[in-house]
Amino acid sequence: MKMIKNSFNMSLMSRSSNESFARATVAAFATQLDPTIEEISDIKTAVSEAVTNCIVHAYDNTLGKIYISAEILDNNTIKIKIRDKGKGIENVEKAMEPLFTTVGGERAGLGFAVMMSFMDSVKVRSALGKGTSIIMTKKISRRYSVNG
Amino acid sequence: MSAEINVTGEVVTAYLSGELDHHTAKQMRETIDSAVELNMPSLLVLDFSRVSFMDSSGIGLVMGRYRNLQKTGAALHISGTSPNIYKVMKLAGIERLAKLERGNEND
Repeated sequence: MKMIKNSFNMSLMSRSSNESFARATVAAFATQLDPTIEEISDIKTAVSEAVTNCIVHAYDNTLGKIYISAEILDNNTIKIKIRDKGKGIENVEKAMEPLFTTVGGERAGLGFAVMMSFMDSVKVRSALGKGTSIIMTKKISRRYSVNG
Repeated sequence: MSAEINVTGEVVTAYLSGELDHHTAKQMRETIDSAVELNMPSLLVLDFSRVSFMDSSGIGLVMGRYRNLQKTGAALHISGTSPNIYKVMKLAGIERLAKLERGNEND
């Protein structure tokens, strides 16, 4: 069991204007791990995908609540949980396949592919009619530099 | 988030700026689509030099424009991508649909 060194949690309405707020908040929390610009960017992108999924899929563009929490673990890892109480995913395995999308049109179907590529681990739990939770972790490289 | 349009001959260039996500993509694609409809270019350039963040909504935007351009046979170029944007583009295999150029990292 990893020790939790710090944590936060928040909930927000599933409005698309909150996408930038959500990723910026998690990124700001993650800065205490002294991540590189690339690592911060990876976290922001993964959070943006997960939150967009809640808005577009879980709540089908209706209003519901999105619950976001994050923990800093003692091995320099950030663990992020993004949860909704929306419609749930019928087939999680299929939903995680690249280019699979139920809405078509302007959605690329790459949300999970981005999360899996940019984070170290992504776990999805979903129950139809109850909601979905996504837990992602990323270990932040420790930077030791003679130049400070 | 905005898209500034420049038309030179048969080339339409859209200079995108700000953060490109699901929330901002709609307005941006409407601006691009109306410029393409009006000018019928042979080449559409999407310039990402001033885009500070992009998630897979940006891929949706690029793929959607590619599909529209297929109707007239026009080409698509993506320019000015930052390392992060380039990474998302590569993950989606965008280089198979459009010429993909990195931005100047010293900008």
